[in-house]
Amino acid sequence: MKKIEAFIRHEAFEPIRAELLDKGFPSLSILEAKGSGRQKGIVERYRGSTLTVNVRPKIKLEVVVEDKDKGVVVETILKHARTGEVGDGKIFVLPVEEAIRIRTGEDGMEVLQLHEESEIPS
Amino acid sequence: MKKRLLIAGPAAVIASLVLPGFALGAEATPILDTPEASINAMWVIVAACLVMFMQAGFLLLEVGFSRAKNAGAGVAKILVNFSIASLCYWAVGFAFAFGGTGELIGDHGFFLNIGSSIEQAGESIPFVATYNISPAAFMFFQFVFCAVSLAIVWGATLERIKFSAYIIYAVIFSAVLYPVLSHWIFGGGWLQVNIGMQDFAGSTVVHLIGATGAFAALLLLGPRIGKYTKDGKPRAIPGHSMPLVGLGVLILWLGWFGFNPGSTLGAIGGRFAEVVVVTNLAAAAGVIAAVAVMYLLSKTIDIGMAGNGAIAGLVAITAPSGYVEYWAAPIIGAIAGVIVVLGVIAIEKIIDDPVGATSAHGLAGIWGTLSCGIFTSPRLAEFNEVGDPGLWYSGSLHQLGAQALGVGVAFGCVFVVSYAVFALLKHTIGIRVTAEEEDAGLDISEHGMYGYPEQFIPQPEYSTGLQFGSGLPASSTPAPAAAVNPMTTTES
Repeated sequence: MKKIEAFIRHEAFEPIRAELLDKGFPSLSILEAKGSGRQKGIVERYRGSTLTVNVRPKIKLEVVVEDKDKGVVVETILKHARTGEVGDGKIFVLPVEEAIRIRTGEDGMEVLQLHEESEIPS
Repeated sequence: MKKRLLIAGPAAVIASLVLPGFALGAEATPILDTPEASINAMWVIVAACLVMFMQAGFLLLEVGFSRAKNAGAGVAKILVNFSIASLCYWAVGFAFAFGGTGELIGDHGFFLNIGSSIEQAGESIPFVATYNISPAAFMFFQFVFCAVSLAIVWGATLERIKFSAYIIYAVIFSAVLYPVLSHWIFGGGWLQVNIGMQDFAGSTVVHLIGATGAFAALLLLGPRIGKYTKDGKPRAIPGHSMPLVGLGVLILWLGWFGFNPGSTLGAIGGRFAEVVVVTNLAAAAGVIAAVAVMYLLSKTIDIGMAGNGAIAGLVAITAPSGYVEYWAAPIIGAIAGVIVVLGVIAIEKIIDDPVGATSAHGLAGIWGTLSCGIFTSPRLAEFNEVGDPGLWYSGSLHQLGAQALGVGVAFGCVFVVSYAVFALLKHTIGIRVTAEEEDAGLDISEHGMYGYPEQFIPQPEYSTGLQFGSGLPASSTPAPAAAVNPMTTTES
């Protein structure tokens, strides 16, 4: 199993989420993140003083998938998150040891699979 | 009503014999029962309610300019201070301010114990008879001014002052300090009568006095942690809500239509309507000038400075609002708008005033008071029976000198007393919270709760029916009795 962590622009999230859902990867989390890289901070002007904010708001996207699916997810993120400008973000891929579904207690690859229609309460 | 007529009738006759200036309602009919007195009371109470509403303006302005961790503290502060001032001003403040025509201090009317009719009250409170107004209306109107002045003191001290400092200074300020100064300038004291200082609604009395108290507090309080870099450069500490600041400014602007026009102390003749227009013109010019100057300096349309410009224009027109013609109002307001921007930037280099009160109320208050010495028209100096026309009309510096003397005296007296009080407090109970409390925010450290709890405490999602602890692994733990927030613990 692999965990894909991507730091992306806010605007990129919605198309990525839509395509991942379409391709059968509904399980993901996002976190509001603030970070710095080559992109410079924001200079805020307030009542005559300035304040340089050296971090920028980004979204951190986290998806855990089977090893074989890693490529599809990474490609999807690259496709929608890239503008070619400084500040597009980064993707990290990490190994994952275990996955446990809290509702049922089951573990392993099973918890990463797409649910059957009948399993999902309306 | 009949009964009062019987009692008040003879009193009016006696009073008119004793007080020559009382001959306004010369007939035997008690003045209280004239339509004029009722109309005056109605307008002045409406104006007083508008001025009372300015407390909401100060609250929102200060809360908006605070960080979110200090948002609740401003609420407690405004409510407690307004209440302290309510009691103190009624008990002794009003008597010191308006109880007689002594040069230094009044001495009638403690606890407003002066009778309810204009005749009775007029003997101890000359203004009541002169302006033909209910003593209760007059006292309440003067009280809300005192409360505004007190509110101005605290805006500058946001985010680091101890609550106990508020309470002690509020008692001294509303019982003695403000009443004595307002007696000198409003209540027939030496600055008004002997010097002829003009201050229609309180650029000096209300605004400069409040800002001077703030200045004294700031010198002893020091800046917020992190306000200055290691080499002493000021850093911006942005307030958490510009929409609240904007609402606060607009409420203050609305309140000013009670503040200045209400200071006519009557509605007969419609003079108050002219004051409304004069007031609005100055505020508008203040906004435009402040925005323009800030744009030239930083190439941004600064939201906070637009608000400060409005307040500065309003503060500056407060003294001259009853003395100047329409054309002078935009000039006075625009100059105030320039002063406040330059003042905020200059003052910020040395002292940390989060809302700009020392500039918007202090510097603009000084300018407004002095502007009477330039723009007061002959017609209105005569109408108000205070002072002379300004430099523009008379070519004489006399009135300007009177204004400058008044500003100097008010600033000097209030500064000395306030500095002494705050210094005493600093060396006894302390006026500043600890660094740890300041970092945590006054909401949690002084008031035990957060102004915005959700920002600091996790909240459950919308799912009230869920039973936690009932699933795998099998367990004997009973489910919680009710759907409580699983992320917090409640102790009873």
